[in-house]
Amino acid sequence: MNVTLKPEDTRPAGEFKQPSPLLAARFDPTGTYAFASAEDNVIHRWTLADGKRVELKGHKSWLRGLAFSAKDKLLLSGDYTGKVFFWPVEGETPTREVQAHDGWVRALAVNGGEAMLASCGNDRLIKLWSLPDGKPVRTLEGHESHVYNVAFHPTQPLLVSADLKGVVKVWQIEKGSVERELDAKLLHKYDTTFGADIGGVRSIAFTSDGKHLACAGITNVTNAFAGVGNPLVVLFDWEAAKVAQLLKPKQAFQGTAWGVVCHPDGHVVAAAGGNGGMLWFWKADKAEDLFAFKVPQNARDLALHPDGKRLAVPCADGVLRVYDATAK
Amino acid sequence: MPRNPACGSTEHVLSRRGFLHGALGVGGAALSFGSLVQPAAATELNKQQKRVLLVWLSGGVSQLETWDPKPGTPTGGPFQAIPTSVPGTHICELLPHTAKILHRLALVRGININENDHGKGAYFMHTGRKQEPAMKYPHLGSVCAKLLTTADNPLPGYIHVTPKGNGGVSKEDAAFLGPRYASLALSDGQAPANITLPDGVSPDAEAQRQELRGLLNDRFASARKTAETEAYTGSYDQASQLMARRHLFDLTREPEKSRERYGNHDFGRHCLTARRLLEGGATFVKVTHTNYDTHHENFDFHIEQLGEFDRPFATLVTDLHDRGLLDSTLVIVMSEFGRTPKINRNLGRDHWGTAWSIAVGGCGIQGGAVVGKTNEQGTAVTDRMVHGGHLFHTYFKALGLNPNKNWYINEQPIPMTDPKAEAIAEILA
Repeated sequence: MNVTLKPEDTRPAGEFKQPSPLLAARFDPTGTYAFASAEDNVIHRWTLADGKRVELKGHKSWLRGLAFSAKDKLLLSGDYTGKVFFWPVEGETPTREVQAHDGWVRALAVNGGEAMLASCGNDRLIKLWSLPDGKPVRTLEGHESHVYNVAFHPTQPLLVSADLKGVVKVWQIEKGSVERELDAKLLHKYDTTFGADIGGVRSIAFTSDGKHLACAGITNVTNAFAGVGNPLVVLFDWEAAKVAQLLKPKQAFQGTAWGVVCHPDGHVVAAAGGNGGMLWFWKADKAEDLFAFKVPQNARDLALHPDGKRLAVPCADGVLRVYDATAK
Repeated sequence: MPRNPACGSTEHVLSRRGFLHGALGVGGAALSFGSLVQPAAATELNKQQKRVLLVWLSGGVSQLETWDPKPGTPTGGPFQAIPTSVPGTHICELLPHTAKILHRLALVRGININENDHGKGAYFMHTGRKQEPAMKYPHLGSVCAKLLTTADNPLPGYIHVTPKGNGGVSKEDAAFLGPRYASLALSDGQAPANITLPDGVSPDAEAQRQELRGLLNDRFASARKTAETEAYTGSYDQASQLMARRHLFDLTREPEKSRERYGNHDFGRHCLTARRLLEGGATFVKVTHTNYDTHHENFDFHIEQLGEFDRPFATLVTDLHDRGLLDSTLVIVMSEFGRTPKINRNLGRDHWGTAWSIAVGGCGIQGGAVVGKTNEQGTAVTDRMVHGGHLFHTYFKALGLNPNKNWYINEQPIPMTDPKAEAIAEILA
């Protein structure tokens, strides 16, 4: 992919509608389809070319874990009953179902070799599964709170998991041991007034060269139950295992960064929901955004199209909004 | 406002004193549980006393994530409904331990208080009356302190176990009943500060000090007795009695296994404290669990909050039952309102007083009963709509009190409960 973003030229490139508020979205690896999960427990598959929508039914609860195996042409989806479904990307019924976790599956990831699926959940576990057969490979234990996200390093045999309290663990996949930890605790707060934890690493993404890891969420929380806080992306220097930059909106915004992607051209893009919806574009060398783009409704996730040009933003009004962020 | 000493329905007091005379052959006025009474008789006496446990889920717990789940609907959220110990009755999966003891509770699923304001909702649910500018009614805890607590009870009539930092006396709770019946809030479930004797003061010296104080108080009160002076005097007496009962607050006296069952967190410890207080003779114990005002990320917060609530609450109810106290202890789990069926754009639920639920159980309540119904998406009550007034009548009936009696303020009758409401007979035993 040799595409350069031009954030200030960001413009709508498609709206895909259905009635239920959306929760998460991904493009399939061929770039033919956009998938989005909704509050009606359905995964909606849109053909980008013509907008045709197919409903994938089977989950009995909400889901935010979506991942693909290009090699096996599989969509993997993990739900809040702890189940992971295996779907043919172009099919309409699951071919396999795995009871993966006790409680919510929070996220899924497939490794670069596409032979392994990682899942994480509220049981504080990360589980590894072989693909395409869905057999258990290994369970990684060590988090002390709900594990919100998981990602494979693009070039090293390492896996990253991140939890509610902003603890980021780096695992050696073969040994199943923790190699090191990163501190994203800026994305967590225990609100003593309300007596509850707020925040967590709501989205993670590696840069394609594996030199940076982005963790997104909410910080500066002053009222947990009203969601009064600011979006933040904690960008880590992978080799140094240190925070390289705290990426913040230039203009005040109240809400959570629910999705983050790292574009190969060096842009870090995040989508947020709170007092409206927003997209921000950063470069690693500057804390404040280079450009902010208002989304008409609260954003709940963010996906980058394989063409490197388009971004998908699933919104609280049930619309999957696709934007082209390259030069007009 | 001076209290009118003429007011005081004491059927329960007489009944209990009657029990004392009959069973023990002595007057009750000088007795205190566990001190002068033989252990077996104290246990029996304790079972006769009516008491109340109120678990207050502050901020407004979601009925959809607790007692009235609507899975698979646009308003249902992500959670499943699970079966309970009551065949055919399901509650939210966030309450697996409570589901196992649901046969000891009744669900009221048709509450409509038509209030979406925290303060007004809390007032309605605590007093059984809509808030009105000209009159303040007493909280249920103060009512029970007045009507159920005997003069010899060594503990305050209305004890409120609160999260850290919220201790003290709340005189407003008692309204016209007077400060003597106000709630005593125990911050973090700890005993009130300074109830141990200072170093260098012997028990004999303390007794002499108290005797002198009593004489001076009596002389002052003979000319200027008011509710405030009475409460002032009473607070000293109560402090003395609390000093003798401070072991009730000492959870290290509980076996480690018992503490583990309640959980190693504040609410678990507070529930264990509540059990010890109720066992020790307390009349009304309110335990507040905070907070449920989840305008944002309702589901994550309910996982956390109900994850704390579920096991200790179920353990507490089970322990009360196993100790033979549940039949004489009215258990109420409530909030100031429920939460909107509509899920907002921040994955939150907002204030919703028009179609929501509470759970009650124990004394006078038919365990396993379910009354009231909401529509498919939980947006409206479709059967047996009730409000705080009906609930107040129900509590009175369950406790064996007459809800149709009056308080008297300056000889003016004030109905103890809302005259336009009545008890929810379907859940009464």
